[in-house]
Amino acid sequence: MSWLFSFIWSSLGRKLLMALTGFCFCMFLVMHLFGNLMLYGGRDAFNGYAEKLHQLGVLVTVFELGLLTFGIIHVLTGSILFYQNFAARPVRYAVRASGGGQTLGSATMPYTGFLVLVFVVFHLIDFHFADRTNATIYDIVSTAFHDPFHLATYIFVMIVVAVHVSHGFWSAFQTFGLNHVKYMPLIKGLSLAFAFVVGLGFGFIPIYIALFRGQ
Amino acid sequence: MKKSIDLTLKIWRQERTGEKGRFEIYRANTISQDMSFLEMLDVVNEELTKEGREPIAFDNDCREGICGMCGAVVNGRPHGPEKGTTLCQLHMRHFSDGDTLVIEPWRSRAFPVIKDLVTDRIALDHLIQAGGYISVNVGSAPEANSIPVSQHHSDKSMDAAACIGCGACIAACPNGSAMLFIGAKISHLALLPQGKPEAARRAIRMVKAMDQLGFGNCSNITECQAECPKEIKIVNIARLNREYVKAYLVSEEK
Ligand code: HEM
Ligand code: FES
Repeated sequence: MSWLFSFIWSSLGRKLLMALTGFCFCMFLVMHLFGNLMLYGGRDAFNGYAEKLHQLGVLVTVFELGLLTFGIIHVLTGSILFYQNFAARPVRYAVRASGGGQTLGSATMPYTGFLVLVFVVFHLIDFHFADRTNATIYDIVSTAFHDPFHLATYIFVMIVVAVHVSHGFWSAFQTFGLNHVKYMPLIKGLSLAFAFVVGLGFGFIPIYIALFRGQ
Repeated sequence: MKKSIDLTLKIWRQERTGEKGRFEIYRANTISQDMSFLEMLDVVNEELTKEGREPIAFDNDCREGICGMCGAVVNGRPHGPEKGTTLCQLHMRHFSDGDTLVIEPWRSRAFPVIKDLVTDRIALDHLIQAGGYISVNVGSAPEANSIPVSQHHSDKSMDAAACIGCGACIAACPNGSAMLFIGAKISHLALLPQGKPEAARRAIRMVKAMDQLGFGNCSNITECQAECPKEIKIVNIARLNREYVKAYLVSEEK
């Protein structure tokens, strides 16, 4: 099996790990967004959805463990790549200018990624591990978004996630070797569209709750 | 009408590998805009030599954009600000009177500075060596139609083969990755029947060598594609990715 190790542990193998886990996260974001849309339905709709989800029981746990594993792989591999890339240029340029290749997303992947990581930790503490003895999940979410600091941070991070996936989405296709003049423009377009959907989709929900829903 | 311009140059000077370098400021006065960038440096060097100072070392050979010897980073851009040009083919008409130009060598762990703007790019030769051989018969030219190659494949292969091995892709990459270079070499051969038998071995060995030589990893930032003087495209990197996965999953190579 040493070939498998050489394969996965090469620079290209690590890139494939990043692309695979990253792409799965993109799919997770879509599911998560659909779930969150229930918040527009109000307290009962959202609590009902949450309850249904938890009735899946062990399936939820398996899914969560999968996400955790993928998260660890994505973060550790990303950190190794970031370190190696940094080390590949011991003397930096005095003047750096772009020839037009890089985008906001591609130039900031490790930094936006790190911000998302920090956010995810607090996000889980806030909502996943929250004490639900005296409040439903809707109340917990609603209380959080009526706090201006929470609201602002959440919206900011949703923009950060959008920036991360604006490059990540199409980049994963390129890493899988799926680049062809026939369909690359479509994938690039989808990538941008996906970033907008994620940013606006996730970002607008807390605004809606803060402005149009009572605590 | 001929026009000449005056420039201020901030150029990286470094005695030898491992020694501390520094920027020094030079004036390049009455530079004809018909000159190439290297001819402009020749003028500066002539002045320096007359004054008994050490001329600025820079690599060059053909001066017609085909050998891949020249190259420096000008105001943050490998081979200067023009698209699809080598430094030797960059003309001074693209600069204006009074400009300040910061000129640095390729910066990469894999390319140590030998002197001033000259870097050691032997790592690229090691990559080629790692790629190994292809099987073609030597002797008189083979009959043209004995191995059919579609025009489509031959065009794409030629696009990749346009690589002159200057190293600008690595210099431009924020990660110092050599993936465009390898992608071009892999594509050049994998697209042709002559390169097929060893394609899997070539992909695995070249990537192994790349990982050992101190290059960074590709993040698909595409600065390489933007700066390549031969405008080689990242579809070649995607093909490399495919060839690599194929080599591990459906060939005997490891
Ligand atoms: C919502 C969560 C996330 C999603 C949807 C996501 C998605 C992606 C995708 C699709 C890629 C592209 C892979 C490729 O280029 O082939 C990527 C790359 C990357 N991600 Fe994430 N990611 C997320 C969270 C994170 C976190 C928490 C970190 C780190 C702390 C991170 C760090 C990185 C880095 C450094 C890269 C660039 C790797 C490289 O190409 O060198 N990401 N991400
Ligand atoms: S000197 Fe040959 S390419 Fe510039």
